Amino acid sequence: MITIAVALSIILLLVILYLLFKIQVLASIFTGSYRRDVGKSNKVNAALLIVFFLVMGGLFIWSFVSSKDEMILPIASEHGIAIDSMFWLTMAVIGFVFVLTHILLFVYSYKYQHQDGKRAYYYPHNNKIEIIWTVIPAVVMALLVFSGWKTWAKITSPAPDNAVVVEVMGKQFNWLIRYPGADNKLGLVKTTLIDATNEFGIDLNDKNAQDDFAGEPSAFHVPKGQPVMLKIRSRDVIHSVFLPHFRVKMDAVPGMPTTFWFIPTKTTAEMQTETGNPNFQYELACTEVCGRGHFAMKMTMIVDEPEDYQKWVATQQQKTFASQLQQGAPADSTAAVAQNTADAAGAVALASKQ
Amino acid sequence: MSSTDISLHKDVHVGHDDHHDDHHDQSFIEKYIFSQDHKVIAKQFLFAGMFWAIIGGTFSSLFRLQLGFPEATFTFLEPLLGKWVDGGKLNPEFYLALVTMHGTIMVFFVLTAGLSGTFSNFLIPLQIGARDMASGFMNMLSFWFFFLASVIMFYSIFLETGPAAGGWTIYPPLSALPQAIAGSGTGMTMWLISMALFIVSQLLGGVNYISTVINMRTRGLSMAKLPLTIWAFFLTAILGLLAFPVLLSAALLLIFDRSFGTSFFLSDIYVAGEALSHTGGSPVLFQHLFWFLGHPEVYIVILPTFGIVSEIIATNSRKPIFGYRAMIGSMLGISLLSFIVWAHHMFVSGMNPFLGSVFMFLTLIIAVPSAVKVFNWIATIWRGNINFTPAMLFSIAFVSLFISGGVTGIILGNSALDIQLHDTYFVVAHFHLVMGSAAFFGMFAGVYHWFPKMFGRMMDDKLGYLHFWITFAGVYLIFMPMHYIGIAGFPRRYYTWTGFDTFNKFMDMNTFITVAAIVAFFAQFFFLFNFIYSIFRGRRATENPWKSNTLEWTTPVNPGHGNWPGPLPVVYRWPYDYSKPGAPQDFIPQNVPFSQTQSSNLPHERDFE
Repeated sequence: MITIAVALSIILLLVILYLLFKIQVLASIFTGSYRRDVGKSNKVNAALLIVFFLVMGGLFIWSFVSSKDEMILPIASEHGIAIDSMFWLTMAVIGFVFVLTHILLFVYSYKYQHQDGKRAYYYPHNNKIEIIWTVIPAVVMALLVFSGWKTWAKITSPAPDNAVVVEVMGKQFNWLIRYPGADNKLGLVKTTLIDATNEFGIDLNDKNAQDDFAGEPSAFHVPKGQPVMLKIRSRDVIHSVFLPHFRVKMDAVPGMPTTFWFIPTKTTAEMQTETGNPNFQYELACTEVCGRGHFAMKMTMIVDEPEDYQKWVATQQQKTFASQLQQGAPADSTAAVAQNTADAAGAVALASKQ
Repeated sequence: MSSTDISLHKDVHVGHDDHHDDHHDQSFIEKYIFSQDHKVIAKQFLFAGMFWAIIGGTFSSLFRLQLGFPEATFTFLEPLLGKWVDGGKLNPEFYLALVTMHGTIMVFFVLTAGLSGTFSNFLIPLQIGARDMASGFMNMLSFWFFFLASVIMFYSIFLETGPAAGGWTIYPPLSALPQAIAGSGTGMTMWLISMALFIVSQLLGGVNYISTVINMRTRGLSMAKLPLTIWAFFLTAILGLLAFPVLLSAALLLIFDRSFGTSFFLSDIYVAGEALSHTGGSPVLFQHLFWFLGHPEVYIVILPTFGIVSEIIATNSRKPIFGYRAMIGSMLGISLLSFIVWAHHMFVSGMNPFLGSVFMFLTLIIAVPSAVKVFNWIATIWRGNINFTPAMLFSIAFVSLFISGGVTGIILGNSALDIQLHDTYFVVAHFHLVMGSAAFFGMFAGVYHWFPKMFGRMMDDKLGYLHFWITFAGVYLIFMPMHYIGIAGFPRRYYTWTGFDTFNKFMDMNTFITVAAIVAFFAQFFFLFNFIYSIFRGRRATENPWKSNTLEWTTPVNPGHGNWPGPLPVVYRWPYDYSKPGAPQDFIPQNVPFSQTQSSNLPHERDFE
């Protein structure tokens, strides 16, 4: 019934369109404008170009200014300040070019609209002008490239030795966190060891793995003012770690661990005061399409004062993977593989679908 | 025995003669379906492109509905989408399938096949003074391979498990593992087969365009006298010829990984409760292969419209294009650079940061030739005598969109800034303006401009204006606000953002974008109506309705097989002698010898008199 109604209304719309069109054609033949080479509509369109420029320009400025505060996320990392200042500097440069070229484009279009008896100016080329407007953009680009290089090199430089290491592993469709424990070294992992209980596939025979711990599943903690190095990986498809307030993004690639390090500058509590939102939390989002639950891969990151962070670590580091796996599941690797049966596989499949 | 042989031979000979006789009286199938005439093939590509554009546009309206009204229930879509709408809620995997197919259809089927296929086929022989393409048969094959690719892609939409859903960039492992997303099952297989056929079609077409431009220019038409359209199509074909085979190799390797257990792109994967045996592959390798095509591809999309727009702006400003040689040089520069910037799509893919700095440098260089083009277009308009045909309006708007979308490329090409903006709506806004909308506008401009030569009738101007103004306003209202939500960090390909506090804002703006998108989509039906109506009932065209200089306007109103009834035209001059001082008219076609224009010849042209 609905389909018929929709089809009917579409047909009706087409009929109306057709009639309007016929009336318009008849009217224009009647008024004699139909066959004129350059008619009145040329003036109308030229004027409309100016109207369009002014109205759209106005809308653009108004909408930009009114959503500016909401648009710019507060910065919570050191390199984020450099990125944002370069972003707004580049915006100023391209904003200037954007405005200038648009004024010329629309004003010239209006000003040089067709006039009877006038002739266009035959002006095929001018090499001097070409050189000028090749060199100027080239110089501006060079400057932008140099400042970009500087910032990029700093951000991607090797992490300091004292960096706090946190492993972030993406899977369909959530993030799992692992801390290296007292030795600051993450233990060996193997894909073949993964099962419902050993989600990382940690090899407990590796002594570096003995003190690795997971923290709380609800949120992970990092200290303020210290370099934090995220060791990023994925165990199924490509995901991407995105911490918008920290200007941090790096893909999580199966088979190829990646890293990103940064220095948080504001604790969660500080940000709650700054934004006036007592419920504010730093969120980690996925930015590489990874399947059905891509839009729901959320993880909370809490930035603590360094001493609070140490306290939190002290409460968590007893709950190592080793102790938990030994309680629940066989610890040695052969048994873990053996346990990776169809039943377990089904359970994991179910869990990952949720 | 010998007598039988002779009679056999005779029969064959008679048959051959028959074939010659009905050459000018082709059957319907030969003339309109399996035609080898470049003009018919061009129209076939145009119709196919328009069909796909409607599908691609419908898909975008569907997923914009979800983004604009995430809390709403779309029960009215159930008759259309069936099980993909469950209780009024769009299936999240189907949402991804819509996004994927929208991208695939628009980039490849509309803006590559529909655009190059139409205008390269139609204009190359007509503007270089040739009777047809170098190989009409290969040209026909090119369309029918595309048709086959289209049928397979179209069929995949109706699969039980849905079409490919891993994004138009089909990054493995997601695209390789049906366990990870249902669309990577049969849907992805059909996507790959369809694209393989599509690439064959592109290569057949490309070889033809290149050899036609090189070998079949009419007497007097040197490369330095070619219209910019032909230069653009020529370079586009070269880009396609060099880039598409790399996509084919990526697709083949992906097929091997999917079906034959190889590990080119897969390693260390545990999915759906099972550790896979694939080891040693690299997903990043696929990205390199994909973008080695993918980046030239965006220039394959935009270069033809550079040519179309240059031609239309010069004709309707009644002025020579400013800096003809600079325009060719900048296109050459862009074509060359387009091959060495691909990794700017991969700054945060985990590749070596040093590579990132190299690719940032190369990427930002592209801004220079692009800027030169924009300045030249504006200089062409300056002191012109502009006739605002619908084609001219679309061309001016093209320049505007190309600037608006292009400048943000300077931000995204900067690897440090890309960290924050990669895969956010800022990127979506950027490329939809610079290669999506701009290329569409160039295509509309081309259709309005060359419609009289294609169908012998004029499209209606008033409907064209209506179509133009709604579309132009619509495009800016859709994509400008997307920059804002991009700066706010909204990630791409999200079914909804309401799960995140960080992104739980700009709801009104998303609703606004959706409304603008649907209005702009429906405005395209003005065009469609105008197009179909004018084919049959439009005002009859004259031979040269825009008073243009290029050779296609020296053919009859409805050029037949072979294009020119008499001998081929001879070219004496460049195609941009508009408003030349001393000339009686404000245009001098390319086939007018200097001896007939003594009053307007420039000093260096006197030698040719």
